Amino acid sequence: MNLLETVNPVAATGLFSYAWLMIAIPALGATVLLLAGRASDAWGHIVATLAPIISFVIGLVLFVQMLGRPVDQRAVSVPMWDLIPSGAWDIRVGLLVDQLSIVFVLLVTGVGSLIHIYSIGYMAHDPRRRRFFAYLNLFITAMLTLVLANNYLVLFIGWEGVGLASYLLIGFWQDRNSAAVAAKKAFVVNRVGDLGLTMAIFTMLAQFGSSSFIDVNNNAAHLSHGWATLLGFLLLLAACGKSAQVPLQSWLLDAMEGPTPVSALIHAATMVTAGVYLVVRSHAIYEQTAAATLGVAIVGTVTLLFGAWIGTAKDDIKKVLAGSTMSQIGYMMLAAGLGPIGAAFAIFHLLSHGFFKANMFLGAGSVMHGMNDDVNMRHYGALRKMMPATFLTFAMGYLAIIGFPFTAGYYSKDQIIEAAFTKSFTLGLLAMLGAAVTAFYMTRLMMMTFVGQKRWLDGVQPHESPAVMTIPLWILGVASLVAGLVMNNWIGGWLAPPTGAQVDNVGLFHVTATGLITMALVAVGIFLGWWFFRADVPSTAPVSRNPFTVAGRHDLYGDAFNEAVFMRPGQALVAGVDVLDVKVVDGSVMNSAGIVGGTSALLRRVQNGYVRSYALTMVFGTILVGVVLILGQIG
Amino acid sequence: MSFPLLTVLAAVPLIGGLALIWVRGATGRLVGIGVSLLTLVLGLVAFFSSSSLSEDVTWIGSIGAHYALGLDGMGKAMVLLTVVLVPAVLLAEWHVGEEPGARWGTSAFFGLALVLESFALLVFMATDVLLFYLVFEATLIPMYFLIGGWGGPRRAQAAVKFLIYSLAGGLVMLFGVIGVGVQTAQAGAPSFLISDVAALHLSSTTGRWLFVAFFIAFAVKAPMVPVHTWLPDTAEQATPGSSTLLVGILDKIGTFGMIRLCLGMFPEPSKWATPVILILALVSIFWGALMAIGSRNLMRLISYTSVSHFGFMVLGIFALTTQSLSGSIFYMLNHGFSTAALFLAVGYLVKRRGSADIGAFGGVEKVAPVGAGLFLVAGLSTLALPGMSSFISEFMVMAGTWQRHPWLAAISTLGTVLAALYVLLAYQRTMTGPATEVVQTHFTGRDVTGRERLVMVPLIALLLVFGFYPKPMLQVVEHTAKTTMATVGMTDPAPAAVQGGK
Repeated sequence: MNLLETVNPVAATGLFSYAWLMIAIPALGATVLLLAGRASDAWGHIVATLAPIISFVIGLVLFVQMLGRPVDQRAVSVPMWDLIPSGAWDIRVGLLVDQLSIVFVLLVTGVGSLIHIYSIGYMAHDPRRRRFFAYLNLFITAMLTLVLANNYLVLFIGWEGVGLASYLLIGFWQDRNSAAVAAKKAFVVNRVGDLGLTMAIFTMLAQFGSSSFIDVNNNAAHLSHGWATLLGFLLLLAACGKSAQVPLQSWLLDAMEGPTPVSALIHAATMVTAGVYLVVRSHAIYEQTAAATLGVAIVGTVTLLFGAWIGTAKDDIKKVLAGSTMSQIGYMMLAAGLGPIGAAFAIFHLLSHGFFKANMFLGAGSVMHGMNDDVNMRHYGALRKMMPATFLTFAMGYLAIIGFPFTAGYYSKDQIIEAAFTKSFTLGLLAMLGAAVTAFYMTRLMMMTFVGQKRWLDGVQPHESPAVMTIPLWILGVASLVAGLVMNNWIGGWLAPPTGAQVDNVGLFHVTATGLITMALVAVGIFLGWWFFRADVPSTAPVSRNPFTVAGRHDLYGDAFNEAVFMRPGQALVAGVDVLDVKVVDGSVMNSAGIVGGTSALLRRVQNGYVRSYALTMVFGTILVGVVLILGQIG
Repeated sequence: MSFPLLTVLAAVPLIGGLALIWVRGATGRLVGIGVSLLTLVLGLVAFFSSSSLSEDVTWIGSIGAHYALGLDGMGKAMVLLTVVLVPAVLLAEWHVGEEPGARWGTSAFFGLALVLESFALLVFMATDVLLFYLVFEATLIPMYFLIGGWGGPRRAQAAVKFLIYSLAGGLVMLFGVIGVGVQTAQAGAPSFLISDVAALHLSSTTGRWLFVAFFIAFAVKAPMVPVHTWLPDTAEQATPGSSTLLVGILDKIGTFGMIRLCLGMFPEPSKWATPVILILALVSIFWGALMAIGSRNLMRLISYTSVSHFGFMVLGIFALTTQSLSGSIFYMLNHGFSTAALFLAVGYLVKRRGSADIGAFGGVEKVAPVGAGLFLVAGLSTLALPGMSSFISEFMVMAGTWQRHPWLAAISTLGTVLAALYVLLAYQRTMTGPATEVVQTHFTGRDVTGRERLVMVPLIALLLVFGFYPKPMLQVVEHTAKTTMATVGMTDPAPAAVQGGK
């Protein structure tokens, strides 16, 4: 591994000057669909689906051009307009198209396009389908703003923008109370994380006078240790919110209330990985603070186990996958927290995960589509014969996530585990353990859904989904299998400039002791998953006395914790303030003014023309309050 | 003498408003909206005028009172706010006189609103303390009748409470105004011109007393905790249009006055009082937000969100950095648009339901999606979502404050979480979930009309345009921020960690 100098981007020329079109096109799509209203019901979904496809094509062209450029010419800055010129600040809107942002663009628009296509089928019978597509386009707009920004403040606009899209889509079926509550919860918990990002930007402005990536990267070395550490932790807080990392994880499981394509796109493949992007993008800051970097690794490790644990206990197929998403993002955070050696692997795993998790979520949606929207795996079983395409493509994602040799997850995850061992034996061991648990819960999911006896509820007639849904599944399934082979020898070198470190490439047939042990553990996980669920599974969840299962079913008491620590005291506080406002603040002012004895008496006195004397009395009351306040200050 | 644009700008709505005493009915409505649109045009001319607009006529020579008007960056922003909001309010309250319980007709409402507009414009343009005081007090008269004439059953009490608080604040300010006159007279040349007062060398005791007199009046107006309780009572009873005029325009006089008069005339006492005021601002942010979360009435909820937002503005003003001050002035403008959008959108829904109780709603989105959508957009602006101009100003206030008082700024950020909670909680309780039976009867087939949507268009458009491109407005207000910084004698802290800076 070699550390590299920061490369400053070159000015945009040619097609790069039009990079903003990638954001503008889906923005236009969303605007047209929302303003045209019902008039666009007939064609809205087609327009909306074309938008990310066009953005994808532009991204692809830029990517190819970038491949043809010398390394120091690849990062391109695209200035746009002045945002906040104030005092010494000159915050400008601009884009940064570099090796890191372009892979995100391809992931977001590529997977995004497939999910748009899939949704044409999935949402076909929903009367509000057009609105759904408008929100999806809004999401693509915001997500591309997030990854293409050249400035933390512009990034933040995208950051809260995806939060809004997420809010709207989780609560898409908002006539369900549970969906509306989940949407609000997601937004509010994310706002807590966003405090980290806003305060980080305040700090950057105070320390560097700027929040642009260039200025932050170039001046990070001048930070005092204390500020660097604070900045690192503030960014980590932001990442925890967006990426559902412990302790801000509680919203993600509830977010599964949204339509399944949303879970695939936003809550698996793209938005929730933004925290990892933020940490990798801020590598110059983390290089100044070992403490915050270790914090990132610890949060990642805790969450990878936390999510995996939840994944083992849930019967709701989407919640198993959601737990799994937390867990896999935990791996990415762990990698990002290993410092320069891990950053490229974090992004590598982020991309593989984008493929296989989007694939499996859409697969779950396909299953639900055939099962009258039932999400309980205890009502599934033996679906492989009824839904062969869904089963086969799901199996590809399964192989990738458990790290079966030569699939995407094999390359990306094993390298994280190996890198973790070079940093700390404990982190490495825990990451390895997580791989075994992953194999267990995913095998459990496969067994309960596709294998075994059928446990379908009455009236359910499972059927395969239409081609508009299965074709995206095949594309993502194949990508899950081959993405690792394709990217393994390339990604490290490609991402070297934006991550600030050149990592050594690992061969396709690289065998290490760590790798072998991991594989053995994964095999144990698979075996246990098969062993426990090979026989018939009860249709209703048996009461469990196993504390591990009980805790897992309750999301490890995350909600109970929030309720006890924040919600109840918060409600008490609100009630207390309410009483004070009415009884003490309002009451004392009104009493000091001599206005007592009910409103009718008040009115009578007003009519008698006494209002001025009351006003005068009150003047003295108010002056008295002011004097006391001021004198209190002097003393 | 050049064309007295500022006087004409204030005179047009005054004359138009008085004319509505005689012109009534449908014609009165048209005249009213026409006058407000003419004022809008004049206001825009003044806003875009590059020459320095000022008028100064000696009024009462013996005491040094001047009829003096002027327009700086902050004044321009406030004039823009006023001339945009009044026509929007008139259009939104097109049928206010026909509603049950209305004491007078629609044209009377329009007339009072125009008179109020005139006085408010004069407040924002006055450069003489006595003139400022007189029009400041004069705004109370039309506002009192606007509250007392239309709205809920207990509006008479609300109007009285509003009047008493405002009069009390005004009387305290009167002491200040008299004090200022005495001081200039003692210095040799009696004058109430703000520039003359600022040039005085006041002893610190005198300066502090005068500062306190003005500040208390503005704190009542703004409104800051603990002198805020008149606002929720008033907003609960007044019509949405009156509340918009009150909170959107009149309350801005509080923060406007803090910058123009408190900081502008008493720099040293301002710095002396800063620690207390910053704490009061923080208290307002949280008090307002918590009360909003606990509110069971939508109109009270909105007025408490304003208490919280005024806390942010005051925080930015007294943090005394170029960015926080610019941010506060910009915040005054954005809050005007944003709170107007919220009051009016919620007003549409309340009118249909016949109640502002949160419990009276449920699942409105299902039957009136446009109305619910407008509520949500206005709410997102209230919670300062990036992309809305309210985000830019709130960001600048907090980021500017952070440069000097990182701890206070850090605490204030928690207010943004509470903002998400009070907006989305109210939206969830009223608009989402299955549509209740009552809601179905009241809302089915009665979604927001074309006229009502038209009112929202300019408000939302301005919030979005300034959200993505605030630069032109920031350049306008920065002048005031820089002048104020210079008057107070403060400079922005320099960045610590740059090449050679360590």
